[in-house]
Amino acid sequence: MAVKMFRKCPDSGLYFHKSAESLMKAHAVLGVVYLLIGGVLGLLVAATRAPSIHLLSAEAFYTALTAHGTAILIYWIIFFEIAVLYFASSTLLRCRPATPGLGWLGFLLMLIGSVMTMVAFARGNSSVMFTSYVPMPAEPIFYLGLILFAVGALIGCFIFLGTLVIAKREKTYDGSVPLVTFGAVTACIIAIFTIASGAAILLPTLLWSVGLISNIDPAIYRLFWWGMGHSSQQINVSAHVAVWYAIAAILFGARPMSEKVSRGAFLLYILFLQLASAHHLLVDAGISSTWKVFNTSYAMYLAVLASMIHGLTVPGAIEVAQRKKGYTNGLFEWLRKAPWGNPVFSGMFMSLIVFGFIGGITGVVMGTEQINLIIHNTIFVPGHFHATVAVGTTLAFMAITYFLIPVLFRRELIMPGMAKWQPYIFTAGMLLLILFMLGAGTLGVPRRHWDINFADAAMQYQFAGSAVAMMGVAGMGGILAAVGGGMFCLIAVGSLVFGRRLDPGASLFSSFGLPMADSCYNVETPDRLERTPIESTGSSGHAVEAKGTFVLALVFLASFVVYFFINAKYLSSLWKLG
Amino acid sequence: MSLTPPSQILWWKEPIHRIEITWIIIALAWCLVLFLWMPYWHVFGNQNLSNEAYRIKPEAFEAKAKAMADKYTVRKETKMDIPVVKPPAGSDVYLVSRMWQWWPILELEKDKSYRLHISSLDWQHGLSIQPVNINAQIIPGYELVMNVTPNQTGEYGVVCNEFCGVGHHTMLGKIYVK
Repeated sequence: MAVKMFRKCPDSGLYFHKSAESLMKAHAVLGVVYLLIGGVLGLLVAATRAPSIHLLSAEAFYTALTAHGTAILIYWIIFFEIAVLYFASSTLLRCRPATPGLGWLGFLLMLIGSVMTMVAFARGNSSVMFTSYVPMPAEPIFYLGLILFAVGALIGCFIFLGTLVIAKREKTYDGSVPLVTFGAVTACIIAIFTIASGAAILLPTLLWSVGLISNIDPAIYRLFWWGMGHSSQQINVSAHVAVWYAIAAILFGARPMSEKVSRGAFLLYILFLQLASAHHLLVDAGISSTWKVFNTSYAMYLAVLASMIHGLTVPGAIEVAQRKKGYTNGLFEWLRKAPWGNPVFSGMFMSLIVFGFIGGITGVVMGTEQINLIIHNTIFVPGHFHATVAVGTTLAFMAITYFLIPVLFRRELIMPGMAKWQPYIFTAGMLLLILFMLGAGTLGVPRRHWDINFADAAMQYQFAGSAVAMMGVAGMGGILAAVGGGMFCLIAVGSLVFGRRLDPGASLFSSFGLPMADSCYNVETPDRLERTPIESTGSSGHAVEAKGTFVLALVFLASFVVYFFINAKYLSSLWKLG
Repeated sequence: MSLTPPSQILWWKEPIHRIEITWIIIALAWCLVLFLWMPYWHVFGNQNLSNEAYRIKPEAFEAKAKAMADKYTVRKETKMDIPVVKPPAGSDVYLVSRMWQWWPILELEKDKSYRLHISSLDWQHGLSIQPVNINAQIIPGYELVMNVTPNQTGEYGVVCNEFCGVGHHTMLGKIYVK
């Protein structure tokens, strides 16, 4: 008799396979552990860059900043993304995961690798920043740790692809894979490219750090490193856009406005980001303008177009679903009457807005070849990527976690009142941090800098008082965001330990990756995943239009155009350069 | 629903919502503007990073900078006696970046053009001329040549905005424009 390996979640109707479920939990929990570590480090960084607090010593600051970037940008996000891959393949397609044993090997490599780099940071000789630009050396265990982590993540990617093959062969679903899985496929393909770029440069750098290679060209290093460093952000984008679509479906039963458009936009991510490293090299010596202009944009910014499409189709899908439920008054009743008290929704929607309006616009503006001259390496840059990663990706992952705690972990959320406020507090803090970093960066304040008052320098330079004041406000924002992040970690971990069990088999250990009691798994083969029912068109016979979303999109476009030309104007005031 | 397979087997043949196609056209047009603006600015704009760069050994670059300083030093400043160099308009000007110094101090004339050569003798550094806010990556082994024409007098700080070790925040230089 075949073993019963699946359980059906009574609340969501999702099927969880015993092995995939454990892998998902282990990856997600470790992700949150790194979010906590990285968040505490971020708090220290913010409190140091606020000139009035100036908390850490210079050495401690540079170490904390290196570890903050690595813990959040790599470990929190990629651990969570591997969990998303298991969810989007095994759970959504109702399929057993391919080679779960190897999944644990991948997990172990990621764990060991990440701990090795953290040890390297703690030893203090690898404070080389997240980018570790050669010829500044880190200890060999830093590079080795990153490589092991990447190999582990690569195993996770291939298991995801293997699971898709099994699902197809065993016909666990009808038709094409769901859109969310399609988005996860995009993330997975980009991840493989990312890891290949990383391997191409980190392996020689490891050999260099132990003395087997005499020299790594620092300009070539930058090209390949950003092939990893930026493409990895494109993994995040694909993954969090998939999460947006998932949340829209979970909360509103929203279907994509058109499958073709949404999938086409994901495809654009795969096709048009390969040289995403280009826009990090816009003010580098030795690369021609032609190369820079073409490769940042591929002649027409098609990856940007893809994000602009998702920016319309995700809220558009929600609007259509809401309008069908009767929220048809005016342009925005669908949005006003959305469940703003549910952190799954509020987190997801604020992630979308901040990612698009702030992260997206600032990213494209500073990715314009000449405008980069007034932005490169200023604190504008972290302002930009906190909008994309800290709010865009992280807040989307926080939002889906609130859904996963009862469904995947079978625990009731503790402190639901606090959970309701958490996305708002986190976003408010992040907005202060981001907007004032963008402002200070526009006034020239450098990133990765311990003392913008230059107390120990041989000369003096005084930044504008407003720039110093803005760094103070940004620091306060960082502290508030850390409070919001801390609330999330408290609620998430607290629920896994103390939350009421929604299933008697959900033991303490099962919250952290062990399977639940055998009795929980009572399904041998889940029902086949059927296609979405054919859509009923409204009484008029016409499709419901998302007019409100279109207006939001036009507001977005207007902000984009205005902000772009403000920066072009600013650029034109500079010294003549040619 | 986004969590279930598309309702049509041939989902790529489904019609597209009207606002979707409208938005795609508008967004693509804007993306084209963004792209075209860059070549436009190369032709009509006055702020473009030059494409002139050479591979160079740190010692060779340092020697060139020293030769310039020996020739055109007008005075010395700071406790470290850093030379203030006033090269003639139109000449080749060298700015050395190293841990943790921009060397030497430069004195330029307003509305005169200079060929500013910059390289690093050790790790990567970030040129950041403030408050005018001109930034560029400085990579060891590469000599960047920028043609600069300062358009305002004043005392400019040269900040390092690429992390270059524990003394990074003490790395500060100066350019006078008179």
